[in-house]
Amino acid sequence: MADWFHILVFGYYPYLAATVFLAGSLIRFDREQYTWRSGSSQLLRRRQLIWGSVLFHVGVLLLFFGHFVGLLTPKEIYHAFGMGSGTKQVLAIVAGGLFGVVCFVGLTMLLHRRLFDPRIRATSSVMDIAILVLLWLQLVLGLASLPLSWAHREGGEIMVQLSLWAQKIVTFQSDAADYAMGVHWIYQAHIVLGLTIFLVFPFSRLVHVWSAPIGYLGRRGYQVVRTREGRRAA
Amino acid sequence: MKIRAQIGKVLNLDKCIGCHTCSVTCKNVWTSREGMEYAWFNNVETKPGVGYPKEWENQEVWNGGWVRKKNGRIAPKMGGKLRILAKIFANPDMPEIDDYYEPFTFDYEHLQNAPESETAPTARPRSLISGERMEKIEWGPNWEEILGGEFSKRSRDVNFEAIEKEVYGQFENTFMMYLPRLCEHCLNPTCVAACPSGAIYKREEDGIVLIDQDKCRGWRMCVSGCPYKKIYYNWRSGKSEKCIFCYPRIEAGQPTVCSETCVGRIRYLGVLLYDADRIESAAAVEDPKDLYQAQLDIFLDPFDPEVIRQARADGVPQSWLDAAQRSPVYRMAMDWKVAFPLHPEYRTLPMVWYVPPLSPIQSAAEAGALGSHGLIPDVSQLRIPLRYLANLLTAGDEAPVKLALERMLAMRAYMRARHVEDRRELEVLDRVGLTEAAIEDMYQTMAIANYEDRFVIPTSHREYAEEAFDLRGECGFSFGDGCSGGGGKIDLFSHEVRVGPSAGGRSDRAAPGR
Repeated sequence: MADWFHILVFGYYPYLAATVFLAGSLIRFDREQYTWRSGSSQLLRRRQLIWGSVLFHVGVLLLFFGHFVGLLTPKEIYHAFGMGSGTKQVLAIVAGGLFGVVCFVGLTMLLHRRLFDPRIRATSSVMDIAILVLLWLQLVLGLASLPLSWAHREGGEIMVQLSLWAQKIVTFQSDAADYAMGVHWIYQAHIVLGLTIFLVFPFSRLVHVWSAPIGYLGRRGYQVVRTREGRRAA
Repeated sequence: MKIRAQIGKVLNLDKCIGCHTCSVTCKNVWTSREGMEYAWFNNVETKPGVGYPKEWENQEVWNGGWVRKKNGRIAPKMGGKLRILAKIFANPDMPEIDDYYEPFTFDYEHLQNAPESETAPTARPRSLISGERMEKIEWGPNWEEILGGEFSKRSRDVNFEAIEKEVYGQFENTFMMYLPRLCEHCLNPTCVAACPSGAIYKREEDGIVLIDQDKCRGWRMCVSGCPYKKIYYNWRSGKSEKCIFCYPRIEAGQPTVCSETCVGRIRYLGVLLYDADRIESAAAVEDPKDLYQAQLDIFLDPFDPEVIRQARADGVPQSWLDAAQRSPVYRMAMDWKVAFPLHPEYRTLPMVWYVPPLSPIQSAAEAGALGSHGLIPDVSQLRIPLRYLANLLTAGDEAPVKLALERMLAMRAYMRARHVEDRRELEVLDRVGLTEAAIEDMYQTMAIANYEDRFVIPTSHREYAEEAFDLRGECGFSFGDGCSGGGGKIDLFSHEVRVGPSAGGRSDRAAPGR
């Protein structure tokens, strides 16, 4: 791969994706809140959704937080707790593999349902299908990287290198792209596709992730009464 | 005491002829859109029957409404906040569209386009969801109309509880009544409680329950929470929608569309004052049979000077207090006790009430024993079992329903004696505990039912109103997206471009039958 292209993909593309992800979400929230929803199709077909959706969501949430913590925690921190890079890599492989399989089963059910259930297919937008395909491919790439990681589990170098790439990206260091150099193409593809998912996020139903209703747990009482001015009445 | 006012509603089932004008005018105004074809903010069911959606009253299936916990507090039957959030990925308590019905149209074009053939062309049904051919329509919004279908299926109606229902499957004993249904605009709505986004709210000034379409995220918990199944998930927009009590009309002092167009003049709208501080304790009384009385107890007498003083202090406008004093809803519910809440046992404190229907006397007429209780026949001999009505309206307590029916019969007897025999039949009034003045008033309100007696709606008060100057040049009622109407070709944010009204078929998908 030409150097300039490598730098473009692993040095600049992350910022492009992040900018579109954040600015796009903000603009859509501000301008098009009527379109801001989970887009559930449970009403139209219950079959395959109950298991598919639960497995997918549980899996993908754990994978997301796993990546978040795993990539962005500086190695000095877990070293300080006595965990070596190799141990961390094995932990990541086992946890990622487990949640990956859970997520894969759920996502495959959802994708099958979306493509082959006449009602769901007919009421899907292009983006509804595209985002599922993207997520499915991303998951397959992630699972395909597991044997490679297992082969290099001793020193944990690969994961250290990739997490350094991520940490340098989020801390705006110009040499970040160097750390994505020389790793197997499956890792590289996984990164590129992951960034692409961030890129299309604001244009898809994924925006509902921003609205995870955690605040509900903190609501005082159950009822909501609004005054004419839109305030919540006492 | 915290006094609030609400526009309440009463439906006089004794006069409902089941014409569905309410449903049709409502649909034409509010739900003739893609994604909402299956939704009827107002529908009329023939009871006994499982209704729409199927078995909506069976909360063992759908887990709607509230339950009283051991500690005396109430919680949504589908679970507390944590359990509701746990159902967010897939909601086990939610009906599928087939529980309502799969919306359909017919290939009308085929009638005009069909080539020459030996037999007459037909317009075959086509799904409005998938656009595919439907070989057979299996269920519809009003499948059980006038006792359609087998008794074995219809009799799964949970209102048969504690009734030997087999008897009513026999032709000679069969009975029916109409039940028009809409959102109850409850004082203690479970839909609001179950909404994780906080998008559903009750308006402080008139009690109307609305869904903020911008804030709704489509978590669909409200669909399960509402025990009346009167929240509908719009599969196209991904948002829930519900009866809005025609709030733009109410604000202007006009009745809702369903009330305005009711040819039987069965619908009444009027202001009720209630004590908002006592909602929770009223909804949490131990015995479900006490819920009807508990709700009556939080309604306040609009003539009580103390209530008027406090209401003014709490910001209820004078025009609303005046309307409360002339409220037909208050008189039917409180003064005459002829109107009842629908399924008070759900503990939502509903605000659309029902006058139970009279029905022919079953056996007494045959035996010539009509006069055995004086001029008022024995209401336990009515064709519609008292217990059935009680299961519908008072959580099974027959006494209040019996008194209401007797009062309605007494009104007939009294007026008949006066008009036909020119005498004042006072004995019958004593029996049901009503004065002549009350009967006259009841007759005027319930039998004559003039427009101005049925609808006493104060216009939205100036202090409540939006600043008209700020609204100049705006587009009024729209689906988000400002005035743009979502008609552009560019579809950056999956904003659906709507192609004409759904009723006419979908020009983008449904190919005429070939």
